[in-house]
Amino acid sequence: MKPEPWWDEFTIEAEPTDRLLDALHYVKWYKDGTLALRRSCAHGICGSDAMLINGRNALACKVLVKEVAPKVTVEPIRGLPVLKDLIVDMEPFFEGYKAILPFLINADDPPDRERLQSPEDRARFDDTTKCILCAACTTSCPIFWGDEQYIGPAAIVNAHRFIFDSRDQGAEERLEILSDQSGVFRCRTTFNCTEACPRGIKVTKAIQEVKRAVMFRRF
Amino acid sequence: MAQRTQRRARRTQDFGSLYKGREGQWSWIAHRVTGVAIILFLFAHVVDTALVGWGPDAYNKVVRVYQNPIVGLLELGLVAAVIYHALNGLRIMVIDFWPKASDWNRQLIYGTTGVFLAGMLPITIIMLKHILKEHF
Ligand code: FES
Repeated sequence: MKPEPWWDEFTIEAEPTDRLLDALHYVKWYKDGTLALRRSCAHGICGSDAMLINGRNALACKVLVKEVAPKVTVEPIRGLPVLKDLIVDMEPFFEGYKAILPFLINADDPPDRERLQSPEDRARFDDTTKCILCAACTTSCPIFWGDEQYIGPAAIVNAHRFIFDSRDQGAEERLEILSDQSGVFRCRTTFNCTEACPRGIKVTKAIQEVKRAVMFRRF
Repeated sequence: MAQRTQRRARRTQDFGSLYKGREGQWSWIAHRVTGVAIILFLFAHVVDTALVGWGPDAYNKVVRVYQNPIVGLLELGLVAAVIYHALNGLRIMVIDFWPKASDWNRQLIYGTTGVFLAGMLPITIIMLKHILKEHF
């Protein structure tokens, strides 16, 4: 049996230039050692500490105290089962990620050296290589909250990264998976994902490009 | 090859604050609300139009019920819903067929909302005048 969710309140002192993550550390280390949260790099690159901060998804390690002071509300990201405090079960999120075959597919014999690519071809998917799989986009999406099967923006972003890669040959297969009813067309272009991405990826734009690729089989 | 990928259910609790999405989230909610409003009207409309099958008397009797100021205001709401839904739908289609437009989504939303409000101003005046003249 899971206990009912509740709010807890802490008053602490912090420098304006401290990160929200530092404030959470302070709570955990000096106020309430049971507070559970994920973080690793503390520098916005591992994607561990996406949280719902004052009603919007962000990385706690990239939000400064002065941006949210004097009062900040921190919640676990939405749409994934909460395990404890700020920790959610990320498995359903990664299942969506795995479903789009996030690896290079190329049946040709491996070349002696790198598979070359023109700067223009590389630029096609540059934006979507920046994803750190923090789930800020996916768990900001109202469709994802409501539809248990929707694969979610992050999975589509990572599919985009390979679909538009000239060295990859798996686009057809991925587009087939994404044309499924729980795939790319569940997107209703609310742009919450684009606003939430801590890496500045134009998530909705990538999704729209994948929609087009599904419709016209052009990529 | 590609089979429907059945992902694990992930029911979560409805607990927590309102997500503070920006223009895109609100336009999406408005699109849904107006869409549902229009479809509800259509159900009623199909029924009242079908009444003509029972002859003009039956039809007139029922349609006369509509002639009161409250339905007049509902009609104004219906016009607003249709116009908003149409304009916002055009915006969505632009973004669907031309992904680059998503770079200007916020501006497009302000644009469509502006056109909507500009259009609603004279429409509201005309329809309110009509309601006042008919009923008061
Ligand atoms: S702790 Fe690594 S992204 Fe914030």
